[in-house]
Amino acid sequence: MPELRYAFFLGCIMPNRYPGVEASVRKVFKELGIELVDMKGASCCPAPGVARSFHFDAWLAVAARNLSIAEEMGLDLVTGCNGCYATLRDVAHDYHNKEWIREKIDKYLSQIGRSFKGKIQAKHILEVLYFDLGIEKLKEFMEKPLNLKVAVHYGCHILKPSEKRPWKEGVERPKFFDELVEVTGAKSVNWRNKFMCCGAGGGLRSGVLEVALDMTREKIESAYASNVDCIVNACSFCHLQFDFGQTEINKACNTSYSMPIVYYTQLLGLAMGFSPKELGLHQNFINVEPLLKKLEAG
Amino acid sequence: MTLTECLSPRKPITINQLDRKLPEELIAAGVERIRECIQCGTCTASCPSGRRTAYRTRLIMRRALLGLKEDLLKSLDLWLCTTCYTCYERCPRKISVVETIIALRNMAAAKGFMLPRHKEISRYLINYGHFVPINDANKKRRVEVGLSELPPTVHSYPEALEEVKKLFEITGFNKLVEG
Repeated sequence: MPELRYAFFLGCIMPNRYPGVEASVRKVFKELGIELVDMKGASCCPAPGVARSFHFDAWLAVAARNLSIAEEMGLDLVTGCNGCYATLRDVAHDYHNKEWIREKIDKYLSQIGRSFKGKIQAKHILEVLYFDLGIEKLKEFMEKPLNLKVAVHYGCHILKPSEKRPWKEGVERPKFFDELVEVTGAKSVNWRNKFMCCGAGGGLRSGVLEVALDMTREKIESAYASNVDCIVNACSFCHLQFDFGQTEINKACNTSYSMPIVYYTQLLGLAMGFSPKELGLHQNFINVEPLLKKLEAG
Repeated sequence: MTLTECLSPRKPITINQLDRKLPEELIAAGVERIRECIQCGTCTASCPSGRRTAYRTRLIMRRALLGLKEDLLKSLDLWLCTTCYTCYERCPRKISVVETIIALRNMAAAKGFMLPRHKEISRYLINYGHFVPINDANKKRRVEVGLSELPPTVHSYPEALEEVKKLFEITGFNKLVEG
């Protein structure tokens, strides 16, 4: 198997709000033999829902700068946030397909002594695990099958816009994330609103929080209705919206939602024998104890 | 006058309300197929935001094609889209609905229509290179799980932050946010 080495793009929420999630990605990837190299001096991607909405050129220029750092390292970039993925993958894609995008990137980056020539790809951690490592290889690392029923949440930008994404299945009922989850022994259930947005994107969380949280509430209700042990996601922004978001909903609506939220490498890590603490699960706002108790009971 | 009033049968739209250049501006911004909209409403039916608010994606598309520019740019509706792309994936005419909304938001921001919280987080981006910068509580949480106190991003490299700041300067983002 070829050596698996990537430039690790952190973004904002993973390192600055959910370090437990960052730790889980680093530890699990290391154990899988996938090397992650830090992108020194990378910034916000910048977030597609906000930066691109406010000022397209500023969004494009800063995204291209981040891509140029990975290109300088000679490595494909990998991110664990669907928002960062949207920005970096779309810009890397458009670089090859739109001349006006190339011209703008050249114009701005030359003024800071940088360049981006479209030689690298921006990937999602699930893409690396699914295509580059592969499900069969991943299975070899499983030590403790997880006796859990989970609601898999894909998020939006890992799938869409589909012509800029690597998945070979449609966007309405894809299976790749469910396959990755079921490697751990957990059962991925069908649930209502499975492919609906978490509510955070597009600047809605920052702009009109109550509408964003109303979407989140509907997703959480749907997860409860399916009797799952947790929601599994692979996006740090969705993770924040579901986890911290439940505390915001509880405060605003006097509810007591407590659905555990688990990031994919945290779930994978549990099945690989890491302790919950090593995977930063205790840093979630919603207590994951009920989930861990069920795991202990076997 | 609100858009709903404007589009209601009781208040007919007058020709001088319309900016007929708007579709062309949107095409120039990359929404090549916008004129192919047949107002089928698949976008509205697919929208998770419209499920719980009065936001109607199809109305945005109709207003855009008519050239009801001022009303569009002033409208809060423009900011209710989460950019989930479900409308785009299902559009029978493959119109870039999300890109339409992004282009309109850019026009709105340029005219000064930005939500206060959006201005606030933009200042974080300009000053720290992150919409969501690190804070003391999370420095501790990083160390707790065996990570460096500061991530290896612009937070650890001041010279890198200067590069990002220069990009905000030359693209005009600073001017947009600070006016």
